[in-house]
Amino acid sequence: MEALLALTIGVLVATAVYLMLARNILRFIFGLVLFSNAANLTIFVSGRVTVGAPPLIPVGADAPVGDVANALPQALVLTAIVIGFGLFAFALVLMFRAYSSLGTLYSDEMRVAEPREGGKT
Amino acid sequence: MSWYLTVPLVLPFLTAVFAFLTRFGPAGRWISVIGNVAMLLAASMLMAKVLDQGVIAGQMGGWAAPFGITLVADYLSAVMVVITAITALAVSVYALGDINDRKEHLGYHALFNVLIGGVAGSFLTGDLFNLYVWFEVMLISSFGLLVLGGTKEQVDGGVRYVTLNLISTILFLSGIGLLYGMTGTLNMADIARSLPELENQGLVTVIAVMFMVAFGVKAAVFPLFFWLPASYHTPAFAVSAVFAGLLTKVGVYALIRMFTLVFNADTDFTHTILLWVAALTMITGVLGAAAHNDIRKILSFHIVSQIGYMIMGLALLTPLAMVGAVFYLVHHIIVKANLLLITGVIERTAGSTELAKIGGLYKTAPLLAVLFFIPAFSLAGFPPLSGFWAKYVLVSAALEDNAWVIAAVALLVGLLTIFSMTKIWAEAFWKPHPEGVDPVLEAIDPARRWAFLLPIAALAMLTLVIGFFPQTFVAFAEMAAAQLLDPSDYMAAVLGEGA
Repeated sequence: MEALLALTIGVLVATAVYLMLARNILRFIFGLVLFSNAANLTIFVSGRVTVGAPPLIPVGADAPVGDVANALPQALVLTAIVIGFGLFAFALVLMFRAYSSLGTLYSDEMRVAEPREGGKT
Repeated sequence: MSWYLTVPLVLPFLTAVFAFLTRFGPAGRWISVIGNVAMLLAASMLMAKVLDQGVIAGQMGGWAAPFGITLVADYLSAVMVVITAITALAVSVYALGDINDRKEHLGYHALFNVLIGGVAGSFLTGDLFNLYVWFEVMLISSFGLLVLGGTKEQVDGGVRYVTLNLISTILFLSGIGLLYGMTGTLNMADIARSLPELENQGLVTVIAVMFMVAFGVKAAVFPLFFWLPASYHTPAFAVSAVFAGLLTKVGVYALIRMFTLVFNADTDFTHTILLWVAALTMITGVLGAAAHNDIRKILSFHIVSQIGYMIMGLALLTPLAMVGAVFYLVHHIIVKANLLLITGVIERTAGSTELAKIGGLYKTAPLLAVLFFIPAFSLAGFPPLSGFWAKYVLVSAALEDNAWVIAAVALLVGLLTIFSMTKIWAEAFWKPHPEGVDPVLEAIDPARRWAFLLPIAALAMLTLVIGFFPQTFVAFAEMAAAQLLDPSDYMAAVLGEGA
């Protein structure tokens, strides 16, 4: 199972890097989404993929009894997904604004903040 | 005890909420100022507590480390929180004049205070995943501040800023995941304790490099700095100032924390990379500054080159070099924020930030000239201003360590910094104004003029104080450096005695 997940992460990162190398910033942020999902999967696998009981603590005890699943990575991944969603929403709106006010989606044609020598934009 | 740690985190968010609710009236901006006065008080109390007791740690929610989230303040964290509060107060006063009604209605003051909360949180947390969350808090509010107003330049600069910072964030997150997988813990002190026991030290170094790249983007080091000069000259001056003062320094702080506390095993490898990075950062930054002719762009490139000095201190990792890095960090935040605040006044009096379009400020606005002179030549390293002592300590540390090349680079870059500072001085202040107008400070109406000049003068005074009484500050930096190089106090405070 670990091997399969590791391969999945590898494929996700490779696809993400390919997309992020594009000059079209829309493709770039799609790559970014894949990349952040690869990071989330990394955290998930880091908590070890085990077949265990749910980590419930019996009444009166301080710790769960027997082999239970690791609950922490889920909490971490959930946090990361929520944050990632917020950032992605912002990035998407920013790209839309960039397209409507700069008139292009190609990063090498966006030269307003850093004009070329000679003042051509 | 944990109240000292939580109040500087809660205050900015409370201020943000109230400032957001009152954003349509003048109350919002004053709430921001009052909130930041309170923040400075809270930060000073934290500092007093740390000076009194050494490292203090608080376990949030009563969960003992390493299971819960720990907040820690050692000397470095405490001084960074104090300096954050000082910068925040100065910028919030400046914002009274600088931020127009439209940006206030969009929630400028709320975003600003959330940013301050994120920065303070990053300095105080002792938990790696929590550090990620604070980074995100800081990042999302800085995105908002950067594009607030929505001009073409801002959107363009914003695209660069957002994309590169998001990549760095994801790398950081993956690094956290891998480190958690190897150690089973997220508490930084606990990670530091369990890392030397691992068999696969090569993998630790790989993860260390991953963190180096992630924090390197935030800190704007070579070759990952290009988002900074592409975006820092676009937003409002108050925003530029707080970005220039604090944001990259959070990256530097994170590098210092991780590469003294956690990744201190294979220093031959990691710190050699850092030393090269430091040298190249200094050189590219200062060359960029020499090539530009807009004050804000020059200052943006100066941030990059100055970051190199701090990384150089970290890379050498001798006690004296760490003293230099800590001293430089504190001095740089004050000076850099102040320079960008002054740039705002220059634009309002002389009409532009482009050197070719302005001039004559020395004759008609001598007060501004004096106020510019202090931080500008402190940054360039003129004795007896604060920057001189910072550079002096770093260069002597390099010479003591027989690192001749980096010492030579540091001195050469200092020289080039003076060159580009005198360029601003000669063009903006000495040469007559190209359109024959006399730029005077009285052109700004009195209430706003004081809102601009008061924080600038206060920060300049602070620069002078550091410059004239360096012993106190160097003594403090020595204590902070000793604590960083021997993290046993830090670990004992977090994990309990006997750890």
